[in-house]
Amino acid sequence: MTGLVLLGDEAIGQGALDAGLSGVYAYPGTPSTEIMEYIQRSKDAAERPIHTRWSANEKTAMEAGLGMSYAGKRALVCMKHVGLNVAADAFINAAITGVNGGMVVVAADDPSMHSSQNEQDSRFYGKFAMIPVLEPATQQEAYQMTRYGFDLSESTGLPVMLRITTRLAHSRSEVVRLENRGENELKLPADLTQFILLPALARKRYRLLLSSQEKLDKESATSGNNRIEAGEDPSRGIIACGMAYNYYREVADEASLDHPVLKISQYPVPVELLNDFVLQVDRVVVLEEGAPIIEESLNGVLENVYQIGGRLNGLLPRDGELNPLLVKKALKIPVKIPREVPSIVKNRPPALCKGCSHIDMYNALNEALEPYGPGRVFSDIGCYTLGALPPYNAINSCVDMGASVTMAKGASDAGLRPAVAVIGDSTFTHSGMTGLLDAVVEQTPVTVIISDNSTTGMTGGQQSHATDRLLGICRGLGVEEEHLRVMNPLKKHHDANKRMVAEELVYEGVSVIISQRECIQTASRRKK
Amino acid sequence: MKRDIILAGVGGQGILSIAAVLGMAAAESGLYLKQAEVHGMSQRGGAVESHLRISDSPISSDLIPQGSCDMILSVEPMEALRYLPFLSGDGWLVTSSRTFENIDDYPDKEDLFKEIRKVKNHVIIDAYKIAREIGSQKVSNMVMLGAASEYVGISMEKLEGAVSRLFGRKGEEVVQLNINALNAGKNGVKI
Repeated sequence: MTGLVLLGDEAIGQGALDAGLSGVYAYPGTPSTEIMEYIQRSKDAAERPIHTRWSANEKTAMEAGLGMSYAGKRALVCMKHVGLNVAADAFINAAITGVNGGMVVVAADDPSMHSSQNEQDSRFYGKFAMIPVLEPATQQEAYQMTRYGFDLSESTGLPVMLRITTRLAHSRSEVVRLENRGENELKLPADLTQFILLPALARKRYRLLLSSQEKLDKESATSGNNRIEAGEDPSRGIIACGMAYNYYREVADEASLDHPVLKISQYPVPVELLNDFVLQVDRVVVLEEGAPIIEESLNGVLENVYQIGGRLNGLLPRDGELNPLLVKKALKIPVKIPREVPSIVKNRPPALCKGCSHIDMYNALNEALEPYGPGRVFSDIGCYTLGALPPYNAINSCVDMGASVTMAKGASDAGLRPAVAVIGDSTFTHSGMTGLLDAVVEQTPVTVIISDNSTTGMTGGQQSHATDRLLGICRGLGVEEEHLRVMNPLKKHHDANKRMVAEELVYEGVSVIISQRECIQTASRRKK
Repeated sequence: MKRDIILAGVGGQGILSIAAVLGMAAAESGLYLKQAEVHGMSQRGGAVESHLRISDSPISSDLIPQGSCDMILSVEPMEALRYLPFLSGDGWLVTSSRTFENIDDYPDKEDLFKEIRKVKNHVIIDAYKIAREIGSQKVSNMVMLGAASEYVGISMEKLEGAVSRLFGRKGEEVVQLNINALNAGKNGVKI
């Protein structure tokens, strides 16, 4: 092999660079973060130059990507699956406006929730928006489909989704590159009303989107990304989507199975292709990573004459990531596992680092809250979510980016006193600022602690938009000067910090305490 | 030639560095490889694993099927046991003896090593001590890789080359320390 050895994420980054990328827009989120990081490190990006700065959140990233596409250039927009919820307004409407320069949206799903709050399947979003979705099975496919995605986007005039899962994002293999091609020239859309979604124009654009579906089906049938592989044994037929194909091949080689296979890596999947395949075999096993989307559509709602198996009939678990063992069991292959995990092996959950500033903040908060009893702290997404675990047991919620501030407000509206929000600096500028404005406007009694470690910590220490801006932002939003306070979360300041929190807990209005000390991980990297 | 190896340890112990060195050396040796890593939340002091598959023919799955792993190479003894269902009947369990105890209910050490010795092909190495002797406990991970190197089937020259490339920007001293660790591990143990 004479290729690069790349993570799936990195293969996408390289694929985009080689496909004539002009800008990448993203907010860090596992398992998508390494796409942006790879492009940031690349020589290409520095020389061309390509836009490679992080965005405040996924919605601003999506919109900036769409703006770059409007100007005729190729944009890559990357996020984790739940980030697409944040960007959904822009995403769905980008399917109606369509694109000018090619636009590829990477949604990195996390089945089994290795680092996430849910395992939603982004293919639903693709179907919802009625745009093409590509689902690579290998790092090489990830590389090639990124380029194909840009081509498809420009030929159909639509954004294209590239859906990956954690396993591909964070698995390394060889990638052979294609030739590097140039970027697009700056070029306005041929129709300058294309992006104006006033109702009369939007109706026109929507009909155009509807009428393009036939073309998308045809692309899916002819691109080579969906293919039927013949097999000698039609007692079963295997429909394998994305990475699930790898697991089937692994298991089939080992057990010498030779069933016909329909490999799916491009959506919408043409009904004819499914029909042709199902008619060739006695029964069908559907292997898909994530939700049973294909399986459900094959089953339909009426009584089915075909035998379709997968996640819905218990052949495979309804939730969680697939693996070779699960596929083996689904295909009734005897499984030999010589050893179990000994019972003395204990769970080793992640934990806050020794010396982390969040620890000192939680110690102060916990003590200040002692007189009130538990159940009053709403928190958010980041390293500080680990404050939920012992010995801190410091928080009572973690729902979505920014929800700490607004949930504390709602609970306060209901009469809960004190109501506390704990949010990180990067999460605050991602989605916390608007919620704080709600509280300021109503003078809702809440105590908001912004635990500012001057980085986006959980995803590996990316630059935070909040750094050196928090005081200014809070003042600008209207937080009163005497209730906008800064603490230094160190053991030696514990008593003073605890007093500060206690004082603000009794204030019948909005208090913001910025607990400021740099992440020890980024600090130690900086010193090297 | 085909080797399925699970690398195990705790976030921060250098599992991903072992994986990166092995992966690069395998690619340089003209072999196919797939290497699945854990990034994100678990890297904060949690259990971390990497599935590394090396072969002279194309590899399908990024994950090693349970019951078929040739070797568990672990920088921490309890973490070595966590992946036992993956190990094949005659697979090797190679682990550092140094425990990393960041949880309250960490098992009794005697019980731990009793379980490890139940695996017929096991090797326990005091990688921590060896690493300290050559200069820094931080290179325990490379001691472990050195110890397993012969079995992995990749030449020392390729491993050293990969270390040079991966750690090159950290300076010659770091590179040499890691190469010394590889060799100390290799010479200290024969599998």
